[in-house]
Amino acid sequence: SVSPGSPLLLSLPLSRFLPCSSHGSPTLLSPQAAMTKLAQWLCGLALLGSAWAALALAPPGLQPPAPLRQALLPLPVYLLVAFGCYSLATVGYRLATFNDCEEAAAELQEHIRAARADLRRRGLRL
Amino acid sequence: MAARGPGRVSVLLPTYNERDNLPLVVWLLARTFSDSGIDFEIIIIDDGSPDGTQEIAQQLEKIYGSDKILFLFPSGTAYIHGMKYATGDFIVIMDADLSHHPKFIPEFIRKQKEGNFDIVSGTRYKGNGGVYGWDLKRKLISRGANFLTQVLLRPGASDLTGSFRLYRKEVLQKLMERCVSKGYVFQMEMIVRARQLGFTVGEVPISFVDRVYGESKLGGNEIVSFLKGLLTLFATT
Repeated sequence: SVSPGSPLLLSLPLSRFLPCSSHGSPTLLSPQAAMTKLAQWLCGLALLGSAWAALALAPPGLQPPAPLRQALLPLPVYLLVAFGCYSLATVGYRLATFNDCEEAAAELQEHIRAARADLRRRGLRL
Repeated sequence: MAARGPGRVSVLLPTYNERDNLPLVVWLLARTFSDSGIDFEIIIIDDGSPDGTQEIAQQLEKIYGSDKILFLFPSGTAYIHGMKYATGDFIVIMDADLSHHPKFIPEFIRKQKEGNFDIVSGTRYKGNGGVYGWDLKRKLISRGANFLTQVLLRPGASDLTGSFRLYRKEVLQKLMERCVSKGYVFQMEMIVRARQLGFTVGEVPISFVDRVYGESKLGGNEIVSFLKGLLTLFATT
């Protein structure tokens, strides 16, 4: 295990405000830096949400160009639907490729037989 | 108690009504360890089984010797109680109903040495890991729940509800102090807290042979308590 050192302090502000991936980098999750996952999600959503609101709902003087605005308004719904599709596809794929351990079950039966015989020899009264 | 040699493995076996399976698990463990030349001990913690599990455990202690098999009466949490008596450097947690095959333990140890991992977790979801005895519905629930867990907790391990793992003894002790949940959620909490504390987790594909599923289907209650537990972990870790 790795103890937090000074390089981590530089990444501290970043990890406080953005959802950080825990894959392969346990050092970023030092006890001092960790927000709960819920807090990370809320922060991330607040950031993205306010950025979207600022651009999409801006008053006429500060509006971004029309094509951008047209794409921006339904963006949250698009993202939700995209995530829904990704979830279905991923779970479906994982379900389809879920290994069935036939040989393991057969091997276990053999081992059980051998075990029972040997234990009887050694004096186990079942 | 003096520690005995480097790399001794203590297997903690909490049991409840495992009169039929216990001798088979112990026999397989003993055979696996002696074939691989690994020093071991098996600590059986029985939760007051009415079916004679205790009596079988005591017979096994006589057959294999009390330096190899230790039988404990229940006292508080099985793992914490068992750990007090463990003399190994590594602790293996597994099910005593033969859904976990001891043959994977040498692979856990090999993996642990390879990456100097604090925890090695058996996974049913990666590599050639898998399950026997589950129908489509059960598999769907399993994959769906795991997907939800990955999205919400981003744990860095593929199988969070699995209970076939090898821990460094000190690591397990630290984790047991911090974990508060039970059942499936307890297994999830262990990994999540381990990652929080900076511990490393390696994975080994395992096969899970479910011979019990036919009798005890995954009920609505279990699903609800899993979701409650998952959301609790999401909000508190």
